[in-house]
Amino acid sequence: MIETQELTRRYDKAAVVDAVSLQLPEQAFTAIIGANGAGKSTFLAMVSRLMPASAGRAFVDGLDVATTSGDVLARRLAILRQDSAVTARVTVRDLVAFGRYPHSRGRLTAEDRAQIEDALDFLELAPLADRFLDEISGGQRQRAFVAMVLAQDTDHLLLDEPLNNLDMRHAAGMMKLLRRAVDERGRTVVAVLHDINFASCYADHIVAMRDGRVIAEGPPEVIVTPSVLEAVYGIAMEVVSVRGYRSVHYYR
Amino acid sequence: MPALANVALMRLTARPGLALIVGLLALLAAAIATAFLTIGARGRWDFVLAFRGTKLAAMVLVGVAVATAAVLFQTIARNRILTPSIMGFDALYGLIQTGTVFLLGARGLGFGDPRLAFAVEAGTMIVFALLLYGWLLADGRRSLHLMLLVGVVLGAIFRSLASFMGRMIDPAEFVVLQQRLFANFNAVRSDLLLPTCLAVGAVLLVVARLLPRLDVLLLGREAAIGLGVDHRRNVFLVIVLVSILVSVSTALVGPVTFLGLLVANLAYMLLPSYRHVHVLPAAALLAVVALVGGQLALERLFALDAVLPVVIEFVGGIVLIALLVRTGRR
Amino acid sequence: MSSAAAVNAAGAALLALATASMLVGVGDLSTEILLASRIPRTLALLLAGAGLAVAGVLMQLVAQNRFVEPSTAGTAQSASLGMLAVTILAPDAPVVVKMLCAAIAALVGTLLFLRVLKAIPLRSTLTVPLVGIVLGGIIWAAATFLAYRYDLMQMLASWSTGDFSTVLRGRYEVLWIALALTIVAYVAADRFTIAGLGRDSAVGLGLDYRRVVGLALTIVALVTAATVVTVGTIPFLGLVAPNIVSLIVGDNLRRSLPLVAGLGAGLMLACDLLGRLVPYPFEIPVGTVMGVAGGGLFLYLLLRRDARLG
Repeated sequence: MIETQELTRRYDKAAVVDAVSLQLPEQAFTAIIGANGAGKSTFLAMVSRLMPASAGRAFVDGLDVATTSGDVLARRLAILRQDSAVTARVTVRDLVAFGRYPHSRGRLTAEDRAQIEDALDFLELAPLADRFLDEISGGQRQRAFVAMVLAQDTDHLLLDEPLNNLDMRHAAGMMKLLRRAVDERGRTVVAVLHDINFASCYADHIVAMRDGRVIAEGPPEVIVTPSVLEAVYGIAMEVVSVRGYRSVHYYR
Repeated sequence: MPALANVALMRLTARPGLALIVGLLALLAAAIATAFLTIGARGRWDFVLAFRGTKLAAMVLVGVAVATAAVLFQTIARNRILTPSIMGFDALYGLIQTGTVFLLGARGLGFGDPRLAFAVEAGTMIVFALLLYGWLLADGRRSLHLMLLVGVVLGAIFRSLASFMGRMIDPAEFVVLQQRLFANFNAVRSDLLLPTCLAVGAVLLVVARLLPRLDVLLLGREAAIGLGVDHRRNVFLVIVLVSILVSVSTALVGPVTFLGLLVANLAYMLLPSYRHVHVLPAAALLAVVALVGGQLALERLFALDAVLPVVIEFVGGIVLIALLVRTGRR
Repeated sequence: MSSAAAVNAAGAALLALATASMLVGVGDLSTEILLASRIPRTLALLLAGAGLAVAGVLMQLVAQNRFVEPSTAGTAQSASLGMLAVTILAPDAPVVVKMLCAAIAALVGTLLFLRVLKAIPLRSTLTVPLVGIVLGGIIWAAATFLAYRYDLMQMLASWSTGDFSTVLRGRYEVLWIALALTIVAYVAADRFTIAGLGRDSAVGLGLDYRRVVGLALTIVALVTAATVVTVGTIPFLGLVAPNIVSLIVGDNLRRSLPLVAGLGAGLMLACDLLGRLVPYPFEIPVGTVMGVAGGGLFLYLLLRRDARLG
């Protein structure tokens, strides 16, 4: 269970995230949306302890992320950031094996190896497993990082713009995968998304932010409406329904 | 060294190719060390061995210290160009040595117990290195080139400051000091061999325990935190270890700027593995081979016995430029 | 601040420093001391400071980078290597000949630096000074090797740290060449400003880019060689003075060059005075003082830039 209480981040005086109190649903896919600078990534970074909060608190399974030790949290919460550049020459399998570090501290057991192969299969990376990260495409690398995060075998997955640098085919593939992680494995997934249509079609729950505050949250039927989206993004939006999924048109 | 070697041996058995490479390096290092002790020796053996043995021991210690410091530093800086020497660590230690004489007089260095002086200087070094480099490295978002340039300029400032203070102390004391601020394998401080050996041993014990965690740090700050590794604390810990290693090598023979860069990159190239359990022993052995082999060649072939640091500087500088050219290509 | 006011203020400060420089020293102030030592020293400081600052600006225009100058581009080290070579090969050559050899070596070293830069694709602003510093280190290592072989270490050391304490009448006059070159640079200022826009723009504006760059590099090499030979290497001055002036009045050389020269001379005088006053009656060489003060300013410029971008 992920919960925040008055979580705040200030730079100088300006609050980038302003007293956000949330409870995110378990075993569901939550998308965080909002315009550039709305505070989405900062919010996620504070929940995942990459950044200290200026005020307020964040809890994962009732553990305060600011005071709980890093390795305890690493077994409950996995994170994926936008740009994960690795300078060392590491193979895909090595990278995924790092996901087991919180459990095995570098001494892999048979159970760890099974988890690694499972994550590789789940992301269809088995044929690439022995290639070096700098020899594969950006989309494949992105998938390798997701496999690492899955191998970490935590109940919660936090992802910051996981669709960055992916073309349409791979973006849709990534969203299906995250959906499967929720449906088949009972994980809780929280992702910052820029593409409102992906959020609408795949998420169970949407949190809309603007100027560091949450201005609306709820299932797609509630959030993906012209009035809410105009309040979030400040431009006119048209919502159409295609095969039961709400989809937004705002291009001209 | 032994602790690290044991752990290394245990892990290496899993990858025969890597074991072979490290084993061959160890053999090569041993052969060169033997050659260094015996070639061209005249007169009484016990005398020759004692004299050359001291020199050899110092070179092995310095090689291991410099190589380990370079690899550890590159891990937390996450690139293959920054090394402690390039970032001004050696110059900082030189400044601390000068500062000690400046503030306390030669007593601080010469007349007191040299081991005590070494401990005090190494301690000061740790504090200042943490203050100066902690913020630079713990952030994890600064550009490589900025850090590099800041380090180079800091090094230049430290050296100037040291010579500034040097001019203000007694000329007789200055002469003593100056000998320490230039790398020279012929003027090894034999009184420091034992304490520095203990210091290096202690650092290697800690490093052996850190090995898997160091691998995780290669992934960068955010991924490391995500995997439950306290990035900040470990970066600081590595800076402490590096400070001790740099203090050891600088106190023993003076600054050797590009050796670490040279052997760390050779080790990365030779080994098809990113893991510290393989890279660290390989880099250390390469450093021993380079130092002892270089000194042997210069002494026996060219009859030039005091210019090894200069040659390393020359070759290392060229390697650094080649690296810059190559990273640009990618 | 208007540029006229800036020039006036700078001129007054310079005059005050120069007067102070002539008054400070061990021993009574006699006409003999003044003529033989104090005045030559002050003049040498002014000439070297102005010349090196101008050389710094030209270097920055040619390398298209704010963070280079002769001592961070291999130029000064090459000049030392050239001096060393000519000392070994022709120890009895007159000073001017030696200086010319040093200048040619400096030119070759600088061209090598520009070649290496070209080999680095995708270079960032900060790679440029870095490559220069490392290249300087390599050349310096070669020089040290030679000096060690021929037992000239002490001579090499005297070229590495700028020191004006040995400047006497009859032993600094080579430095007047710096003044002549500064004037040449001022006459050609507009062309240099355009060259600073980069090769493509300069050619587009009808400039013979190669010739202008050649002239700039010749000036840099000659000034560097003249200072290295007479007083030694002075780090960071050619970098700090132009950057400060650029912050205040911008990069139009017609306007900024006199200020750069003035500030260079002023900083040089100030550092030398500091080195004479702090450990009085002893002296700290100006190269050392500049290494600390100039290095600190350089660091500030670097981190300020980072803060602004970050």
